Amino acid sequence: MSNTDFVLAVEDLTVSFDGFKAVDSLTMYIDKNELRVLVGPNGAGKTTVLDLICGKTKSTAGSIKFNNTELTKLSEHEIVRSGVGRKFQNPSIYENLSVYQNLEVSYPKGRGVFGSLTFKRTKEVEDRVRKVAEDIMLTEFLDMESALLSHGQKQWLEIGMLLMQEPELLMLDEPVAGMSAKERDQTAELLNRICQNRSVIVIEHDMEFVKKIAHKVTVLHQGKILAEGPMEKVQADEKVIEVYLGH
Amino acid sequence: MTLWEKMKASPVLGGKEGVIGLAVLAAIIFVVLPLGVDIFRLNLIGKYLTYAFVAVGLVMLWGHGGILSLGQGIFFGLGGYAMAMFLKLEASDPLSTKIQSTPGIPDFMDWNQLTALPWFWEPFKSLPFTIFAVLTIPALFAYIIGYAMFKRRVGGVYFSIITQAIALILSILIVGQQGYTGGVNGMTDLRTMLGWDIRTDSAKYILYFVNGLLLFGAIFLSKYIMSSKFGMLLLAMRDKEERVRFSGYDVSNFKIFIFCLAAMMSAVGGAMFTLQVGFMSPSFVGIVPSIEMVIFCAVGGRASLIGAVYGTLLVNYGKTVFSETYPEMWLFLMGGLFISVVMFFPSGLAGIWDKYATKYGWFKDKAEPVKKPEVSIAEGEAQAVLTETTPETTLAAKTNDAVIKKATRKKAAPKQTEPAPAIDSNKMRGAEA
Repeated sequence: MSNTDFVLAVEDLTVSFDGFKAVDSLTMYIDKNELRVLVGPNGAGKTTVLDLICGKTKSTAGSIKFNNTELTKLSEHEIVRSGVGRKFQNPSIYENLSVYQNLEVSYPKGRGVFGSLTFKRTKEVEDRVRKVAEDIMLTEFLDMESALLSHGQKQWLEIGMLLMQEPELLMLDEPVAGMSAKERDQTAELLNRICQNRSVIVIEHDMEFVKKIAHKVTVLHQGKILAEGPMEKVQADEKVIEVYLGH
Repeated sequence: MTLWEKMKASPVLGGKEGVIGLAVLAAIIFVVLPLGVDIFRLNLIGKYLTYAFVAVGLVMLWGHGGILSLGQGIFFGLGGYAMAMFLKLEASDPLSTKIQSTPGIPDFMDWNQLTALPWFWEPFKSLPFTIFAVLTIPALFAYIIGYAMFKRRVGGVYFSIITQAIALILSILIVGQQGYTGGVNGMTDLRTMLGWDIRTDSAKYILYFVNGLLLFGAIFLSKYIMSSKFGMLLLAMRDKEERVRFSGYDVSNFKIFIFCLAAMMSAVGGAMFTLQVGFMSPSFVGIVPSIEMVIFCAVGGRASLIGAVYGTLLVNYGKTVFSETYPEMWLFLMGGLFISVVMFFPSGLAGIWDKYATKYGWFKDKAEPVKKPEVSIAEGEAQAVLTETTPETTLAAKTNDAVIKKATRKKAAPKQTEPAPAIDSNKMRGAEA
């Protein structure tokens, strides 16, 4: 596979589960500072694509290059350390820890066993936690046990935990699921703010929300790309309309 | 700043409450018990306290890390046997064993027709090597087990069962290899350490205090680890292992480390056991002692280091009292105790203490009660939002329909089943295993 200028270059990516191809020869390129939204009906392979990129699922064939580094051969933590952050579909936070601790644990220093034993809460860490907490609108909840946050706030906290790591590529699986209208708007603003200096891939169903954030949309269907491009173009695409009408 | 203020401010010791807790425990172990009971009883308590090393290790491993090992007896035994080998060799000098057919080797070897000391016994003639072996061999063994399992992501119940199987294998091996290990009787008739008679009352007093100091060393080390980022990561791993992995941590390394450390502590306990009790046998290696050690930890409170020490003392005291009166009943009682602790007091004695200490306000400077969350978004509101969105195009209309259906389905389910006391459910997870 060739080297490219893209942050993420996915080429001929295939994964098959007992013969069923959940992702089938998928090719997709993500630009620097781009916010891409993946849409598609249930079972289209959206989450599987993210799983493949972050190493949770191993691909059967094809390549995933992140800044021209092959990711398919790296283990999960190596992929994260190279600069890829992933938010799961259900908010995945450490409910026994405070909001502050959730963010602190995600700080990308002291990641080894001995590093973590000697890790000190420096001014730098403290500042970073406060800055991110402000970004995700949780400053006043820093000392609260995170289990007590609302569903939407938990989603933000997980995004914040990823921001702590300053990833170059951020992947968010349904970040506004279960949020109120106000929270959705705030999240859209948040996403527009954080993609200033990184690339973001979002899986989302809510078309209103997609319109607010997407630079480009990729429509997946049965593991393949059905259409790709700006929102208006995709919405007018015959094939896309048919797939959605046919269901 | 006075020393008291410094100690209170130390995050390692856990604030005022932590310092008082440690001070009370120290007073009980170093002052009250030695003054209050005779040397026979004190020696017995010293024996119990050697199990506390295992319990302290389990607090980190199981209580904080969520890794339930049912094989800590392996490491307790390895440490104990290493020390017993040294003492046995010293007790088997040619003069005292001159009636044997091969003088100078341990008696059980002679009974089993061995005519020379096996090669792996040779280094145990040296005390420094023995101490080194106590600290490294169990940890190395734990490393091998941990590496093999955690790198393959074996966890939960499977890990517990495998550790239990290894404990069984080791105890069978020890019983079977009588010529090398002393078999089912273990290693008995241990007398002196570098010429110092460990059977005398004064030696028992000294060993008791050494044991107590080492136990406090283990507690301080654990407190330090728990208060570091490592400790926070352990809790995070227990909660959401995937999230930790996808935050750039190699989860298996953390598990291996804490497993090795718990093994090392157990081994120190085992070595101190041999010194104080004067023998070591396979009955401290197998499944039953391993599970008993988990029960000590559970009764004391699996997340509390100090609780684990009290739990060990209390259960063992109970065991001594009850097994004297109703020897057959003890195991049933122990089983019942474990079940009731898991079901009714998942945080053990420490949990009960915390509840009442807070209730009666004994520790005013304890952490402020957590802030109440802002009124969370009502279920209906989120639903309403979804239905409100007016689709503008065909695609949007269609997808929105799908979204609404999907979201309604999805939202309805997880919200209702959302576990409110997440902490408890987590604590239960380990116990159920």
